[in-house]
Amino acid sequence: MTTTKEPGSDLPLQQQESVVIRFAGDSGDGMQITGNQYATTSAVVGNDLATMPDFPAEIRAPAGTRAGVSGFQLAFSAKDIFTPGDRPDVLIAMNPAALVENIKDLKPDGIVVCNTGNFGDRDLEKAKCDTNPLLDGTLDGFRVIEVDMNQRVKEALAETDLKPKEVQRCKNFYTLGLMYWLFSRPLQPTEDWLKEKFAKKMHLAEANITAMRAGFNAGDIQELFQGRYEVPKCDVLTPGTYRSVMGNEAVAIGLVAGAEAAGLEPFLGSYPITPASTILETLAGMKNYGVKTFQAEDEIAAVCAAIGASYAGDLGITSTSGPGVALKGEALGLAVSIELPLVVVNVQRGGPSTGLPTKTEQADLMQAIFGRNGEAPIPVVACATPADAFDCAMEAVRIATQYMTPVFLLTDGFIANGAEPWRLPEVEDLPKFMKEFRTDSENYQPYSRDENGARPWVKPGTPGLEHRVGGIEKAHLTGNISYDPDNHEFMTNARQEKVMGIANSIPTPEVKGAQSGKLLVLGWGSTYGSIADAVERTNEDEDKVGRIHLRHVWPLPNGLDEIFSRYESILIPEMNLGQLARLLRSEYPQHEFLSYSKVQGQPFRAYEITAKIQELLENKS
Amino acid sequence: MSETQTLKKKDFQSDQEVRWCPGCGDYAILSAVQGVCAELGYSREETVFVSGIGCSSRFPYYMNTYGFHTIHGRAPGFATGIKMANPDLNVWLVTGDGDGMSIGGNHLAHILRRNVNINVLLFNNEVYGLTKGQYSPTSPVGQKTKTSPLGSIDRPFNPINFALGANATFVARTIDTHVKHMSAILKEAAAHEGTSFVEIYQNCVIFNDGCFDDVADRKIRDDMTIDLRPGETLTYGKELDKGLRFNGWGLERCSADEASTWDSTVESTAPSVMMGELANEAEMPRPIGIFRQVNSPVFESETERQIAVAKEAKGEGKLRDLIFQGNTWEVE
Repeated sequence: MTTTKEPGSDLPLQQQESVVIRFAGDSGDGMQITGNQYATTSAVVGNDLATMPDFPAEIRAPAGTRAGVSGFQLAFSAKDIFTPGDRPDVLIAMNPAALVENIKDLKPDGIVVCNTGNFGDRDLEKAKCDTNPLLDGTLDGFRVIEVDMNQRVKEALAETDLKPKEVQRCKNFYTLGLMYWLFSRPLQPTEDWLKEKFAKKMHLAEANITAMRAGFNAGDIQELFQGRYEVPKCDVLTPGTYRSVMGNEAVAIGLVAGAEAAGLEPFLGSYPITPASTILETLAGMKNYGVKTFQAEDEIAAVCAAIGASYAGDLGITSTSGPGVALKGEALGLAVSIELPLVVVNVQRGGPSTGLPTKTEQADLMQAIFGRNGEAPIPVVACATPADAFDCAMEAVRIATQYMTPVFLLTDGFIANGAEPWRLPEVEDLPKFMKEFRTDSENYQPYSRDENGARPWVKPGTPGLEHRVGGIEKAHLTGNISYDPDNHEFMTNARQEKVMGIANSIPTPEVKGAQSGKLLVLGWGSTYGSIADAVERTNEDEDKVGRIHLRHVWPLPNGLDEIFSRYESILIPEMNLGQLARLLRSEYPQHEFLSYSKVQGQPFRAYEITAKIQELLENKS
Repeated sequence: MSETQTLKKKDFQSDQEVRWCPGCGDYAILSAVQGVCAELGYSREETVFVSGIGCSSRFPYYMNTYGFHTIHGRAPGFATGIKMANPDLNVWLVTGDGDGMSIGGNHLAHILRRNVNINVLLFNNEVYGLTKGQYSPTSPVGQKTKTSPLGSIDRPFNPINFALGANATFVARTIDTHVKHMSAILKEAAAHEGTSFVEIYQNCVIFNDGCFDDVADRKIRDDMTIDLRPGETLTYGKELDKGLRFNGWGLERCSADEASTWDSTVESTAPSVMMGELANEAEMPRPIGIFRQVNSPVFESETERQIAVAKEAKGEGKLRDLIFQGNTWEVE
């Protein structure tokens, strides 16, 4: 970036392969912005990365309290990485509450940067600290860097006419600058971003830039650290153009891409709910792409409008989280019964009931597959990572339109708000699945079926094909109301066979690592990264265990039985009490499935899975 | 096969056997609607009937148009999606006092306030028919039914004032047995740009027979009802010799020549709400006809307008730009 010798550059520069940083502060401290900026810059310098925000459900819990702590963890690396990291190498604590809530995760000998400006008696009291953690031994064994950021930022911005409150709001950029210095990152991407964001309030952009530069320079001048680090470019990424993408954003773009592939206009009916709201917000901002969004009065009206739009020839989509899915259940049954395309995005969160709105979980799997009255099969596609959400969203649209069925697209809070580099596809390389509407009235039967078992899709407005649909059981072919017992059984089976037949259109997932042996580790959804990381670590010297990931959770892909038969047992880590394990036991009773569950609102750490694998391998030897 | 020539009433009759009870008021409404579709020059393919659940909601099956029999109370959601996807369709929503005022009260209020350009027909029979005779949210206090053996203690909804409370732009009432009036109101409703709300007094011969006889019976109807005709005086009676006039905060009876002139187009809902409240006053005629008819932007047109504005401002979006937007970098 620059060729001039920087002050203090005689400090030792060490190479690091991977680094995990966690920014922690008050909800109002701007930790999410800080973390996202750090991620963007790390992406721009060519690292692989993964991020994990962790914030409270309360918008602004009382300042300085433990309930108000907001965190953002990111891992950046010179090699391919799968997760935002197990334990941070560096923790930034903007106040005592942030420190005590996060210090337990820091690696032994890790660096902790504390903003001593917020460690007064009043701050300690708000954080319910009886003693000062800077002094009471809490930080023994860590490398502690104390910086009075409140004071430093005040000095840096002394020349401006900002009010003291506004000055303190620039603190997070001071922190950011300091961390950019520590890991030798350029300031330019964030400076550009600030200038764009505050284009109409340039004095704020400049103040934040000044604060950031002050933080950067402090690294040198004040010799806070014993040295600087460098994380080289990741050279194992597939060549191409990349950008950083968050899960909900990838879902939104994938749905638009899916609609285009099917030749349809996307219509989203939705109701704000954490952590899915940003899908509605993102799509509402895409009006120039022809996206229609409808913020309904509730979850039920949202899905009903989406089904109505599909009935009229758009691609109906609804986005929500578990409690919203519960409310949509009856309408989803109608969509199954009238056999219209619909994509239902469930960004899962901790449950039951309101549960943990801002935390992650995978406990809505059974709800997606079975959670309706009557025999109402719905296929389920699950995203593995933020970037994978793009492909999965397109896949959900393919299934919905080709099979005339509602489809669940499952993601979760971890994917929704996490970010990673996304290798951008060219439009011509994307799948195509153009959908034809029926316009020919010759021999038209509303409930005839094609080779996929799908019925014809007719837009109202098409002459000669007027017909009526509804939730009452329909007669085979004509679709007229029918209470005939044999017809009901026939139609129930027809709907079931159609959905189970989707398995014939999906590939058998690839096994990585050991192709047979003692143990196969199987995952679905956002456990992908932790499982991949854990298995790679286990197989460092030799392939000991295999791993497999299910993108299609229902129907299950063909070929699993043969794969399972090559292993003594199958370990399934899930952020629920073993829902997929239970499903697989009923589908493949001849194999041994071991459930490893975690329901803490937090993703698995790779080391937890590695330890589980070790334990199982030892018991089996 | 395109239907360019004008269709007749029978062209709107489907081949499905009508399964309402003999003598049900729904037959007369179905017949009137089919006639109105023909008179309005509708094509079958551009017309969609949407309904929820209940006796009234079987309506779409009997119309030879596109039809969607949805789920209980939620028809407004479906209708909104249909109109947003294709604003050119003539969409009619058929609901009842249970479907529309009870389980679907929320959705009805919201479609009315949004002003989606559809026609809502609420068949009010003050009872649950399809579930065989329980009290409904429009049943009067004291009504004895299977679930209110000692009389209903629920204070009822007044559908007209419910709609006015939601700031509906077209609000009217008619009677199943008053075919001429019903057809005229339906045509006005169809012509209105925005959500048209029509309450239809509908007799349930099985579970609530004669519930509107005190005002709607042919023999006394002219004296017991007053037809709100926009721009005309508030006169009623067989000889149009009786009148109503506004006096301070209320309405009072008067002679025909002292009657006020009815203006349904005033922005304030106050006069129509006062008219709506006459339903509770035994000594007063029951208003039918058009309570309110005002112009307001139509929801789906506004949706289309915003999309056009966004395309104008940012240019027609290309998928590649959407994928490649923001900070990108190259990996060699």
